[in-house]
Amino acid sequence: MIGGFHEALTLISGGDSQLLEIVLLSLRVSGIALAISTLIGLPFGALLGLTRFRGRRLSVALVYTGMAFPPVVIGLFVYLLLSRSGVLGSLGLPWLPKLFTPEAMILAQVIIAFPLVTGFTMAAVQGVDPALRLQVQALGASRWQTTWATLNEARVGVIAAVVAGFGGIISEVGAVMLVGGNIAGQTRVLTTAIVLETNKGNFGLALALGVILLCIAFIANVIMLHLQGRSFDE
Amino acid sequence: MNTLYSLRDVTVHYGGRTVLAVDALDVQRGEALAVVGPSGAGKSTLLRLLNFLQPPTTGEVRFDDLVFSAACTATLAMRRRVTTVFQRPMLLRRSVEANVAYGLRLRGQRDCAAAIRTTLAEVGLAERAHQPARTLSGGEAQRVALARAMVLRPDALLLDEPTANLDPYNVGLIEQIVARLNRDHGTTIVLVTHNIHQARRLAHRVLFLLDGRKIEVADTHSFFESPADPRTGAFVRGEMVY
Repeated sequence: MIGGFHEALTLISGGDSQLLEIVLLSLRVSGIALAISTLIGLPFGALLGLTRFRGRRLSVALVYTGMAFPPVVIGLFVYLLLSRSGVLGSLGLPWLPKLFTPEAMILAQVIIAFPLVTGFTMAAVQGVDPALRLQVQALGASRWQTTWATLNEARVGVIAAVVAGFGGIISEVGAVMLVGGNIAGQTRVLTTAIVLETNKGNFGLALALGVILLCIAFIANVIMLHLQGRSFDE
Repeated sequence: MNTLYSLRDVTVHYGGRTVLAVDALDVQRGEALAVVGPSGAGKSTLLRLLNFLQPPTTGEVRFDDLVFSAACTATLAMRRRVTTVFQRPMLLRRSVEANVAYGLRLRGQRDCAAAIRTTLAEVGLAERAHQPARTLSGGEAQRVALARAMVLRPDALLLDEPTANLDPYNVGLIEQIVARLNRDHGTTIVLVTHNIHQARRLAHRVLFLLDGRKIEVADTHSFFESPADPRTGAFVRGEMVY
C-alpha cells in the first residue's frame, strides 16, 4: 500500500501524460454523467417525495430496484441496446452514442447514478416536516417556490444524494468496461486501467491508480462535508 | 368597516367526514376575530380555508370580490394578501434576517433591508438579525415567525395558537404586537386560540366552533357575559367536557 502511494506520487509528480489522460477522462465521463443524473434525478426525486400521482408507487419500486441493480447488468443492457444489431443501434440514429466511446460510458453511468440521486433525494425531501411546506405556502410561495424551499431545507440529504451518485459511478468498472472496451487513449478510465494493470501483474501501478481513485473520492467527500457543514451551521 | 371575508354554506370533508360546516360567516376588514372551541372543532381547517390553502368541498369563500371555492382556485396574488403564523414557528434553516426576508423575496422584492430592520425592532429582536434562526428560544422563534408575517403587511393575519406553550413574558409580548398591528395598521386578525382569556383580551368578536359547526359568533363582551347558546356558556365557564 505504501509502495502504491509512493508510485502514485511519482506518477503524479512526474506529470505522466497517459495517467493524466486517464484521470481526466474518468472525471469527464463521471462528471457529465453525474450532471445529467442530477438534472433529472433531483426534480424527479422531489416529485416522488412531495406529490401523489397515478403510477407513483410503481415509479418508487423501479427507483429502488435501480438503486440495487448490478452496474455490470446495466452495462450489458446498454451494450445490447447500442450494438449494431441492438434495438437502438440497428436504427442508425446519428445522435445515438456508439459503443466503445466515452458517450456510451456516460449513458451507462447516467443509468447507474440516476436511481441513486432520485432515491436519496426522495428520502431527503420526505424527511422535511410537511408543516414547513404548509408554512412556506402560507407565506405566498408558488408551487415551484415551495418545491425549491423543500429541496433547500433538505439540502444536507440532497448533497448526500449527489455524492452517492458520484460514488456509484466513479468507482464502477463493469459497465464502463463492457460499453467502453477499455481502449487506450479513448475509453480507458481509472477503474478499467486498474483491472488491466492487475491482470498484467503490474500491481504497483494498479495500486497507484487505486490511490488516485481514492483521492478523488476523498476530495469529493470533503467537498460534500464542507457543503453539509455550512448547511448545519446556518 | 366593510366585509373582507364572506363565507356562505361552506363545508370541508375529509374521508367522508364533515370537519367544517359554516352556513354564514363574515369577517370585517380591520377587526380581530377570535375562534375558540375544543380540539377537533375545525378551527385550524377554517384558517387553512381563509389562507386559501385548502378549498371548501362545497360553498364559497368571498375575499373582497374574489371567489374561492372547489371550482374556483385561489390565484397566487390572492394568496399573497393573507398569511398565517402557526403554533410551531417553522423557521427555515437560515439567519433570523433571512427568515424575515423570505416572504418578501418570494414576491420578488430585493431591497427590503429597512423593512426587515424595522419589523425585527418591532418584535424586539433587532440585535438577533444575523443569528441562525434555529438557535433561538421558543418565544424568540415565534416572534421571528410573527415578524416574517408582519413584514408582508397582509390584509389579513391568521394566527393558529401562536402563544401555545410559550412563557408568560413572550405571550404578553406577542399579544401586544398583535394588538398594535390590528390597531395601528388596521390588519384584520383571525386568531385561533384555546385560551379564552386571550380571546377576551385581543378580539372584537368571538366565534365558537363545536364539531365543525358554528355555534355562536358575537362581540366579545356579549360572548363572555351573556352567551346566546347554552353550549357557549358551558364552554366559557369551563364546564364543557370533550
